[in-house]
Amino acid sequence: MNAPEKRLWRNFDEVKLDLKPKEVMEEANRCLYCYDAPCTKACPTGIDIPSFIKKIATGNLKGSARVIMEANPMGATCARVCPTEELCEGSCVLNDASLPIMIGDLQRHATNWAIKNQQQLFQAGKANGKTVAIIGSGPAGLSAARELARLGYKVIIYEKKEKAGGLDTYGIVPFRLPQKISLWEVKQVEQLGVEIRTNTEIGKDIDAETIMNQYDAVVLAIGMSTVPMLGIPGEELNGVYDAIQLIERVKDGQITDYFIGKRAAVIGAGNTAIDAATCLKRLGADNVKMIYRRTEAEMTAYPFEYAFAKEEGIEFRWLTQPKAIIDDGQGHVGKMECVDMKLGETDTSGRRRPVEVKDSKFTIDVDVVVKAIGQTRYTGLIDAFGLAHDGGVVKVDPKTYQTSNEKVFAAGDVIFGKGKGEAMVVSAAEQGKRAASAIHEQMLSRI
Amino acid sequence: MADLSVDFAGIKSKNPFWLASGPPTNTGYQVQRAFEAGWGGAVWKTLGDPIVNVTSRFAGLHYNGQRVAGFNNIELITDRPLEVNLEEIYETKKKFPDRVIIASLMVEPEQEKWHEIVKRVEDVGVDGLELNFGCPHGMAERGMGSASGQVPELVEKQTYWAKEAAETPVIVKLTPNITDITATAYAAAQGGADAISLINTINSLMGIDLDTWNTIPNVAGKGTHGGYCGPAVKPIALNMVGECARQQDINLPISGIGGIENWKDAAEFMLMGATAVQVCTAAMHHGFRIVEDMIDGLSNYLDGKGLSSVTALIGQSVPKYMDWGDLDLNHRVVAHINNDTCINCNKCYIACEDGAHQCIERVTDECGRSLLKVREEDCVGCNLCSVVCPVDGAIDMIEKPGEKPMTWNERQVLLNTL
Repeated sequence: MNAPEKRLWRNFDEVKLDLKPKEVMEEANRCLYCYDAPCTKACPTGIDIPSFIKKIATGNLKGSARVIMEANPMGATCARVCPTEELCEGSCVLNDASLPIMIGDLQRHATNWAIKNQQQLFQAGKANGKTVAIIGSGPAGLSAARELARLGYKVIIYEKKEKAGGLDTYGIVPFRLPQKISLWEVKQVEQLGVEIRTNTEIGKDIDAETIMNQYDAVVLAIGMSTVPMLGIPGEELNGVYDAIQLIERVKDGQITDYFIGKRAAVIGAGNTAIDAATCLKRLGADNVKMIYRRTEAEMTAYPFEYAFAKEEGIEFRWLTQPKAIIDDGQGHVGKMECVDMKLGETDTSGRRRPVEVKDSKFTIDVDVVVKAIGQTRYTGLIDAFGLAHDGGVVKVDPKTYQTSNEKVFAAGDVIFGKGKGEAMVVSAAEQGKRAASAIHEQMLSRI
Repeated sequence: MADLSVDFAGIKSKNPFWLASGPPTNTGYQVQRAFEAGWGGAVWKTLGDPIVNVTSRFAGLHYNGQRVAGFNNIELITDRPLEVNLEEIYETKKKFPDRVIIASLMVEPEQEKWHEIVKRVEDVGVDGLELNFGCPHGMAERGMGSASGQVPELVEKQTYWAKEAAETPVIVKLTPNITDITATAYAAAQGGADAISLINTINSLMGIDLDTWNTIPNVAGKGTHGGYCGPAVKPIALNMVGECARQQDINLPISGIGGIENWKDAAEFMLMGATAVQVCTAAMHHGFRIVEDMIDGLSNYLDGKGLSSVTALIGQSVPKYMDWGDLDLNHRVVAHINNDTCINCNKCYIACEDGAHQCIERVTDECGRSLLKVREEDCVGCNLCSVVCPVDGAIDMIEKPGEKPMTWNERQVLLNTL
């Protein structure tokens, strides 16, 4: 990094600070230690929250971190990225009586302790002679690997990228989740004897068939792919970016001063779109507009993400549809042509369908266009494993996460269908756990 | 505004709030600051033959993040020359003639020693004397403090010696480190005491440092038991005050001491028979300024109750304090959970399930909401659920019609006549 880049990189320090020691103790002691607590029920991974908070209060930090990580192998990540107000904190009984406990922040404190004190929280089980291949080292894959290793399986993870961790390592903006947190969780899994083969792509470095033949079971946890094409003219111009790739580079510390002073438009209004917009702002962009064809009411971003974007000075252009990206004459983005939209009838997603307003064409001056309109699927890879899927969403048994091939299980974003709630790290972690447990049951049933 | 003045064994005080003998009353500087803040009186830190103190001396009991739920010390009586203390008492009394200064005294159990010190402190104009028969640490190893306070004969004899020389009222300060405090209270009365004050501190060891395995506090890695005080001892003190107050043959005014830190605590002690109260730990924790709310709060409380004088409180709850055998066996209360106020933490459920009588049920209403309900026929009215409930008003203890009142003692009489 050169000097200006180093300065920019400082903008990507975690936005939210750790709780101070006194805050931790006050908050931990404020927890009522409910019996059959609603926060635990609201956690997709079922963390025994009153237990880990009580352990913080008694000074048993190792025990606390263990309770968290036992239930959720991505517990340090989730402490930072979970929509806690919609999950554990949203269900805290103190919502009615005073203020909910800052569960996420306490979880962060306990896991920070484990990271700082270099604790290995779990041990591998006695080898049982069975092998499992896991495709993808994101939260679902790592979670499955962790559970299987503890049960004595020999686990190999195949990861296309240079580093393991998937979305947590590459896809969540660093000022919410520093990469080192994700890499600690990766290390926790590796130290159980799980082998992670990075820079290894299925179909290129090893094919699906070999894997199917070599292992007793396979977990497909490949997540989702790049942002789809907008299908409008000018998409190939310099200055047009894929939000996922943009965030990936920033997350990996590949900072550029290119965006300083630029005017940017982000197309889409989901969490990724907001992440891209706030990244651009922190990279020095002068003006960042979010372009969305529906309204505030239909956007899929979390309320806290939306609030954060507004604080960061991101502008929102609702009911606006891009029609073309216009060349500045030098092969670079110069303007974007848009039309106004209005909401019509309700569509299959339950939201009102946006309809173009006639003769409403207008242009905005932009230097950078970032596409954040969802993600494509690794359909080819799913086909290579011969699994039944629905437009790239692998079909699984909702309890066992078993696919159409009884030897293959799938978890995480690869089974996340449209209109099925939020694709959360915490859900992926839970699915990985359940897939691991189903594999183990399957193996036991064969004895 | 209600009149807060009290007459304690003939000592007139503008309010019932005195500083107890201890570190806050060590010097004239401190006592004068306290009087400026509004304290009605101060019991000067115990005078006697000069001693040497150790460091460190204090330790706190911290509970769930709150500081000083309890407090202990291994500090001894004053370590300053008697002449200096007497001079400062004289100066302070001159500056604040309307405030009470009591000299706390501790000497070896010899008649001449008592006569001598009583004369010397009365010469500088104290309003009364408090005989320290209570401190459980250090001095007790030399036959003073609680060592003499635990022997009724010694209490009686030393009180008598002090009274022989005294012209001002003699208050005997009692140690709680005894099975039955009324025995020493009675001995004080027999010795001619004008009043009693209680409680002094309780034998205690605050803790062990889990890193060093040293005691807390420690002196060069070694520890000794200290005297325990602060909010945690209030229930013990209140009981002992009540036990003395309800004893017909100990007809002495009581100065209540033990964990008092606000006007509510003070009012409770007065209702249980104290004419005035003494405070130490709370002033050490927060400073002398706490007396402002003690005065203001007590005054507002009395106004709210329509009482014109604080003396109207004294002893009002004593007739309600008795032996277990005189309680009505047929009285019945049951818990009632107000589901609109309840926040569903299930603390009462698990407490009743594991610690009481398994009579709280978790049910689901027609809307699918989970609710807690008391199975009244099995509820013994123990209060545990309402004790652990974190929300005021969520659990009420409701009176149920019972049979004709009958106490255990009445029942035994009845059984014997059958």
